[in-house]
Amino acid sequence: MASEPTYSEAYQSGIREEMNNNPKIFIMGTDLQERGGHFAQVKGIAQEFGGERVRDTPISEAAMIAAGVGAAMYGMRPVVDLNFMDFALGAMDEIINQAAHIRYMFNGSVPLIIRATSGIAQAGAHHNNSFESFFAHTPGLSVAVPGTPWDVKGLLKTALRADDPVIFMMHKKLTGMRGPIGGPEDLVPFGKARIAREGADATLVTYGYTLIPAMKAAETLAAEGKQVEILDLRTLFPMDMDAVIEAVKRTGRMVVVDEAPLFASITAEIAATASEAAFDSLKGPIVRVGAQRAPLSADPGMVEATIPSISDIEAALRKVLSY
Amino acid sequence: MGTREEMLAMLRMMMMIRNFEETADKLTLRGKVSGGMHNSSGQEAVAVGVMSALAPDDVIATTHRSHHHTLAKGFSAREVMAELMTKATGVSKGRGASMHLGDVARGHFGGNGIVGAGMGIGMGAALGIKLAGDKKVAVGFVGDGGMNTGRTWEAVNMAAIWKLPLIVVVDNNQYAVETFIERVTAGGDLPKRASGFGLPASTIDGQNVLEVKDAVAKARDFALAGNGPTFLNAVTYRYYGHNVGEKGQYRTLEEIEDWRTNRDPIDQLAARLFADGLLDQATFDEMTASVEAEIKDAVEFAENSPNPDPADVMLNVDSGKLRG
Repeated sequence: MASEPTYSEAYQSGIREEMNNNPKIFIMGTDLQERGGHFAQVKGIAQEFGGERVRDTPISEAAMIAAGVGAAMYGMRPVVDLNFMDFALGAMDEIINQAAHIRYMFNGSVPLIIRATSGIAQAGAHHNNSFESFFAHTPGLSVAVPGTPWDVKGLLKTALRADDPVIFMMHKKLTGMRGPIGGPEDLVPFGKARIAREGADATLVTYGYTLIPAMKAAETLAAEGKQVEILDLRTLFPMDMDAVIEAVKRTGRMVVVDEAPLFASITAEIAATASEAAFDSLKGPIVRVGAQRAPLSADPGMVEATIPSISDIEAALRKVLSY
Repeated sequence: MGTREEMLAMLRMMMMIRNFEETADKLTLRGKVSGGMHNSSGQEAVAVGVMSALAPDDVIATTHRSHHHTLAKGFSAREVMAELMTKATGVSKGRGASMHLGDVARGHFGGNGIVGAGMGIGMGAALGIKLAGDKKVAVGFVGDGGMNTGRTWEAVNMAAIWKLPLIVVVDNNQYAVETFIERVTAGGDLPKRASGFGLPASTIDGQNVLEVKDAVAKARDFALAGNGPTFLNAVTYRYYGHNVGEKGQYRTLEEIEDWRTNRDPIDQLAARLFADGLLDQATFDEMTASVEAEIKDAVEFAENSPNPDPADVMLNVDSGKLRG
């Protein structure tokens, strides 16, 4: 049996099918045509669709996003590929003031996908920022954070058929992850969390790469007789707060984990909203696990000390299970 | 040049913009306009010259000072005045006011509160036009202040490498808020700077509507033939402060008076039309009266229009398609 596709191949599959369906979709970014992107996310796509629809750009982030905004307003469906999410900082005005705010004022839509690889891995402070909360915070933007090949393809298809600017964040450490993917019409809706693991004793809410250490922590606790439910948010805006609140009501114990600095983070939003909505169902405080509020070091030991470990997640779960 | 009717239409449009701006200035000082406003008086020939050379469905994207571009693009004085007063009948349904006039469906991709941003969007529109295979152009307006933001040159470079049907028009009123362009612009010569990107670039007299029109018409033909972008530095002058009510010490009254008296774009065209026998006093008086009536009507319309419904705050934040 042929092996299952990788997370990057899932993206290729989704973009290829949608480009075949819709001639208005095109991609632009750096190093896309020959290299196929820094994560092989569009490998072979230029050879299939040509240089007009897979455009190599100069390293001009502001112009790349501006080109996407203007072309989207004109009626095209651009995908701007920044390779690394950190590079969005060179185009924050184009993303926040322009892409996100145009629909509200100017009687038009901006169907623009901004894809980038994100998350914590290696190479230090300039390639390992966690901007999830920036983007989810901004009115007008939607944010996808797929944690599996299936969701990469399905969420991408949904985004390419909608009419809004979408920040599509793919985690570095999932690039080579293999798993099943859906067919041409297997769309994954935004705003619908997935139960990645069932369990009645506590709920762990997370997304993206953190699903993997979360799953390992849950297995450790299972060996100790406690079953932890894991919710994969899949998108951060819209966010499936209904699923989070239902989970609080179901298990009464909640841990929220990601690898962004804890202060003013997505985990804070989830804990606050769930506490407001379902305080009476909680057996004790929701516990958040995240990174220290430090730039990311290039040293592997420093990285480990900055972001949550499996044992940090286990400790948080043990704490809520002790209520 | 053009036909007599075209010339008179250009004159009338410039007169209408001037009356609109001077009226709106007074209304702003009386507290009728929320968030201030950027008066374009003196710069009419740039807007009218550009739009006279464009087709109705060509696209524009512009700056924080864009009343003149918007009116010249064909938006009514009523809807622009209403927008200044944040009325639901305004160009942007009362959500944008002076700085954010735009209607994508009518080829106006927006004014912009951020210097240089509109020109970049114009470049993107030009990419859309090229990919769609349409025979149109996009005009990206940018001010002299936008000549020193990096994004401007990223966009010019991208337009040049991809030969996009973009016309970059520098609506160069010479002052970035209160900073004289020459104080902050190395090299001094903007077309020289632009031509380094390999596209035709020139300085034109932004007080001469016919010169602006001709230059844009040439740039448009050049773009439609697949040759790519053109950079036009239209030197003009703003009679009022950057924002309403600002009377800075950064330029002399003599300088302002000189531009108003000797280089006014409306006076220049009118004088030429009188001299050429294309305009007589009775026609001119009639135009003056009809402009006054049009702006008076626009003010009444705006004042009598409702503000947007606060219940609609969440409307059009996004399409809703991703929220199920």
